[in-house]
Amino acid sequence: MRFTWFNFMPWPYLPADFAQTHRSVWVDIDPNLFDPVRGHALYNSHLDLLEYAATLGFDGVGVNEHHQTAYGMMPSPNLFAAALARRTQNAAIVVLGPSIVNYNPPVRVAEELALLDCLSGGRLVAGFPLGTPMDSNFSYGNVPALTRERYVEAHDLIVRALTEMKPFAFNGRYSKLRDVNIWPRPVQKPIPIHIPGAGSMETWDFAIEHDYSYSCLSFGGYRAARGQMQAYWDRLAEKRPNDLSPYRAGFAQVICVAETDEEAERLHSKHVRYFYNSLLHVHPGYLDVAGYRGERTVSAMARMMYEAPVQFGNDQSWGDLVESGKIIAGSPATVRDRLIELIQTLKVGNLFCQLHIGDMDVETCMYSSRLFAEKVIPQLRGIHGDWDADDRFWCKPIDQTSPRDLRGVNAQPQLLRA
Amino acid sequence: MAAKKSASAPKGANTDGLQLITLNTVRGPVPALAGGSKAVRDMPVFYLHGEGGLSAEDPFLLELARERRVVAPFLPGFSDIPAWPDSEARDMLDFTLFGLETFNASGLAQPILMGHSMGGMIAAEMAALAPEKFARLTLISAMGLWLDDHPVADLFSTLPPELPGLLFHDPAVAAKAMAHVGVIGGGWDPSRNDPDLFVAHVVRQARQMANAGKLLFPIPDRGLRHRLYRISMPVSVIWGAEDRVAPAAYGEAFAAAITNARLTLVPGAGHMAHWERPLLVKEAAAFS
Repeated sequence: MRFTWFNFMPWPYLPADFAQTHRSVWVDIDPNLFDPVRGHALYNSHLDLLEYAATLGFDGVGVNEHHQTAYGMMPSPNLFAAALARRTQNAAIVVLGPSIVNYNPPVRVAEELALLDCLSGGRLVAGFPLGTPMDSNFSYGNVPALTRERYVEAHDLIVRALTEMKPFAFNGRYSKLRDVNIWPRPVQKPIPIHIPGAGSMETWDFAIEHDYSYSCLSFGGYRAARGQMQAYWDRLAEKRPNDLSPYRAGFAQVICVAETDEEAERLHSKHVRYFYNSLLHVHPGYLDVAGYRGERTVSAMARMMYEAPVQFGNDQSWGDLVESGKIIAGSPATVRDRLIELIQTLKVGNLFCQLHIGDMDVETCMYSSRLFAEKVIPQLRGIHGDWDADDRFWCKPIDQTSPRDLRGVNAQPQLLRA
Repeated sequence: MAAKKSASAPKGANTDGLQLITLNTVRGPVPALAGGSKAVRDMPVFYLHGEGGLSAEDPFLLELARERRVVAPFLPGFSDIPAWPDSEARDMLDFTLFGLETFNASGLAQPILMGHSMGGMIAAEMAALAPEKFARLTLISAMGLWLDDHPVADLFSTLPPELPGLLFHDPAVAAKAMAHVGVIGGGWDPSRNDPDLFVAHVVRQARQMANAGKLLFPIPDRGLRHRLYRISMPVSVIWGAEDRVAPAAYGEAFAAAITNARLTLVPGAGHMAHWERPLLVKEAAAFS
């Protein structure tokens, strides 16, 4: 089992009546709500948290990309990954990831990933999300019906740029480049790639086809995701019946730990409420856009919508949120038991632990993260038995035994040989 | 697919409504609606529908078909019948060539080229690319330009319950029109309570707006402004005076940028002016 500490760097200072007085937290959010002086402190404290998590024994620390929103304030994940590469030693830097349709030309992503892999000494795990409609379409203007096609082309260009050892011409529909020849080159050959998604069948197929790990990032929680993840495994079983490694899948889960279940509610409930009530207050017209999803997914979602309309967490009680699995919260023992249920039902090897939620303060987050690392993680290691040795979907740093060498001249011969 | 015969048709008028036909283009078959007699002498009409789609119940097309030949292809992605361009039409030139090829297959000569909204945008491009093919051009609430002071409404993030009020001026007309495909979000009757119909409706809406987005998202400007100088035939620009999607300032902008254009503002009508005031729009559209 691998654990990646993951946050979104949300803006914690939205007014209490934000959902009543504002239309959307995303795309057209009122820019006057941002305060750069508070932003200065916030960005630094979030980087502190990521660095702290790396010292606690998490396998990875994760960053992500969102635009024009208080929900998540990392417009460029690679900037944060660069900062983390300098200030962490062993943890994987999980960039989940650059939304590759938003870079023009996409070789920029290849260059930056190669740079990050060098800087971190081969600790990079990359992810290629399509980006939400709010990000890639409403904020960045990609034509929805062509976004996936553009994504596939950008992916192909980036992978070729990272791996081919001769300059090549790329005559794509969206990028035309005479000599693709990035410099630097990555340490890892290849850099492990995870494909984050939120249930689009087209995304599963893409991950399966390219032999990547699929990561389900949703806020419905693990119980609601069961059907969706089973559908992914069924699809995978059709294509790769003899290789259903749990590391072919990841799941993002909100987790709140304290000494006792009661303490968890007391400490975390207001932050969770802020997350569901304010940070997920997206104008419904931005949540989807015609053309973003393929017809198979639209059809399946329409049927689900007709039969059982989706409920977000707004106005749900703590007990409801815990019961529905939207959050896993409680004492280390409670959290462990729930995670065993998550791991066994979703069969995932990668867990993206959202231990920061909403407007959580640094102290509470450190407390929750430390309890999780010390009292939960050790009990879940090895849960996948024989599969636990499967490192195909994870990074392979250049020297895992003496990380100090990563920054020294000793590492250079290995780099040159690689 | 054919519309019901009108009960009060004047003597001699064509009342057969609109029929589904196939246009055999050089690239393959394209479904279209056609109406009116081939024999009538009045100038025929080649019509391109807007982002709501094409409906045999469209009151404006039915009015046109009473007195002249009308051919209206389903634009890429707007027919339930798979057609050649569905996956190939990506940009303005693709849609313009689609329009020209379907026109070539229509058998019409020197027609009035007409288009509404997105269809107007394509029609204007066709007229700029091949002005010798069309005797007249009629633009009804056409997309294709952008004025910073009058931003076109974002149809892609508008919620379904808000669409009728955005598209129509008259709520009573809107309520009736939403029962039909041919209007964005139209064609779904909740009282049917049938999941299969609902799924088909959602998929059709998504497919239609996905294709509209290729020309309209996020800003419905694909450079038409720089090609309008090539449009030399007489042009009728028709705008709902109360258009809340693309305000009447766009009608003025089209009329100002095209040499031989006249602007008609239709009172009491919104972006769907041709559904709200079919007779008024027909008069101006047919240069009568």
